[in-house]
Amino acid sequence: MSHPSHAISRILLLLAIICVLGPTRPAVALDVPPYKGYVNDYADMISQPAEVKLERALQSFDLTDSTQVAILTVPTLAGDSLEDFSIRTAAQWQIGQRGKDNGVLLLVAEKERAVRIEVGRGLERVLTDLLSGCCVDGVITPSFQAGRIDQGFEAGVTAIIQATRGEFKAARRADRGRSAEEPSPLFHFLFFGMFVVGLLGKIWRPLGVAAGTILFPLAFLFGLLPFSFLLLFLLIPAGAFGGWLLPLFMTGMLLRGGGYYGGGFGGGGGGFGGGGASGRW
Amino acid sequence: MMRRIALFIPVFLLVCFGLTGCGYNTIQQNDETVIAAWGDVEAAYQRRADLIPNLVEVVKGYAAHEKETLSAVTEARAKVGQLQLGSDVINNPEALARFQDAQGGLSSALSRLMVVVEQYPDLKANQNFRDLQHQLEGTENRINVARVRYNEAVRIFNTSIRTFPNNLTNNFLLKLPRREPFKAEAGAEKAPAVKF
Repeated sequence: MSHPSHAISRILLLLAIICVLGPTRPAVALDVPPYKGYVNDYADMISQPAEVKLERALQSFDLTDSTQVAILTVPTLAGDSLEDFSIRTAAQWQIGQRGKDNGVLLLVAEKERAVRIEVGRGLERVLTDLLSGCCVDGVITPSFQAGRIDQGFEAGVTAIIQATRGEFKAARRADRGRSAEEPSPLFHFLFFGMFVVGLLGKIWRPLGVAAGTILFPLAFLFGLLPFSFLLLFLLIPAGAFGGWLLPLFMTGMLLRGGGYYGGGFGGGGGGFGGGGASGRW
Repeated sequence: MMRRIALFIPVFLLVCFGLTGCGYNTIQQNDETVIAAWGDVEAAYQRRADLIPNLVEVVKGYAAHEKETLSAVTEARAKVGQLQLGSDVINNPEALARFQDAQGGLSSALSRLMVVVEQYPDLKANQNFRDLQHQLEGTENRINVARVRYNEAVRIFNTSIRTFPNNLTNNFLLKLPRREPFKAEAGAEKAPAVKF
C-alpha cells in the first residue's frame, strides 16, 4: 500500500528518467550493471577468499586516502567497445570524491579477454596512461595468461594503490585540523543550530519556530558579520520559517548521518576524461 | 523619487523573470558548456601533437629509410601546429573545418606509420616505443571521449536555441549561431591501430 502522491511522484521520476536517458542511449550499448561494492565480480572470475581480501584492501584505502578503486568483471561486452563501456560505468558509478575526481575502475571482460584501467581526472598526474599501461601489460595480463586470475587482480590492485597512494588524503572527521579549507565558524554554528532547531521542532512544532527565530539571527551575530537592524528584520522571519520547515527534513537527516562510506560509491566523483590503458591477454 | 524607485523595482523583476523564463540563462549556460567541452577537445589533440616528435625520433632509430611515411607525419604535425586555437574556432565553421582537416590528416599519417612499424620487430620490442604506444593509445581515447562530449554539448546547445520560447530570445537578443558538431570522417578519423 502506498500513498497516492508517492505513486505519482514515482511515475514522474520514471518518466523523467526515460526522457533523459532514452534518446541518448545507443541501441547496442551494454547496460552498466549496478555496483555492489568495491569488487563487482559479475563474471565470477575471482575466488571468494580473494574477493574478501580485495574488498577489504580497497575499503581501507578509501578510508585513508579517499581514493576509490573499483573492480568490475563482466562475462562479455556483447559487441560494445571496451573503452566506451568502461567510461560509462565509471561515470555512472561516480567513483571518487566530488571535486577530487579520484576514482579508478579496473574492468575485465572475460570472453573478450580484455582489461582496462580507467583513471579519473584527479589521478591522471600520478597514474598516467603509461603507468596504467605498464600495469596492464606487465602485471595483470601475464598473470591472467598463466591462469592465475586471483593473483592478477591482487597484483594489479596493489600496483594501482602504490601509484596513487598519498595523492589525496581523506578528510577524517576525528583529526581534522584547522586548515585554510575549514568552513567558517558561521557555517558550523548554522549547522549545529539547524540540528537543534530541527530536534526541538520534532518535539513540539512551535518550539522549533521559536528556536529558529532566536538562533538564526544569533548565528549571524556570532559569525561577526556586518549586522544591522535591517538584516535583523529579514533574519527573524527567515529563522521562524526555517524552524517551521526543518522538522520535516529531520527524519531524513538523522537516518543519513553516519552511513557515509557504507553503500558503495556515489561520492559525486566520476570526472573521467578517458585516461588509462587497455590490454588483452 | 520614491515613486520612480517603486516603479523601477517591479519592472526590473519582470525583466529578470521574463528572461529566465525565455531561456536566456539556459542558452548562456549551454554555450559555456560547449566552450568548455571544446577546451577539452583542443587539450586532447594538443597532447597527441606533443607526443609526435618523440615518436618520430624513436621510429627513426629503427626505420630510418621509411623517410616518406615519417616526413608525412612531421608535415601533418606541422600543419596542426599552425592551427588557430581558442573558442573562436567553434564560432567559425570554416576554422572548424580546417581544424578537422588538419587533425584528420595527422590521424591518417599516424595510422600509416603504425602500419609500417609492423614490419620492424626490433622496434616493436623497444621499451621506449612501447611506452609511446601506451601514451598514444591513451591520447586517442581521450580525443574520442572529448569529441563525443563536445558533440553532446553542441546537441544540447543547438536544441536549446531552436526550441520555443528560447528561439525568440536567441533571435532577438543573443543572436548566437548554431554550432557544428564533429563529423565522422570516413576512415581518416579512425584511431591508428596500435597493436602488437
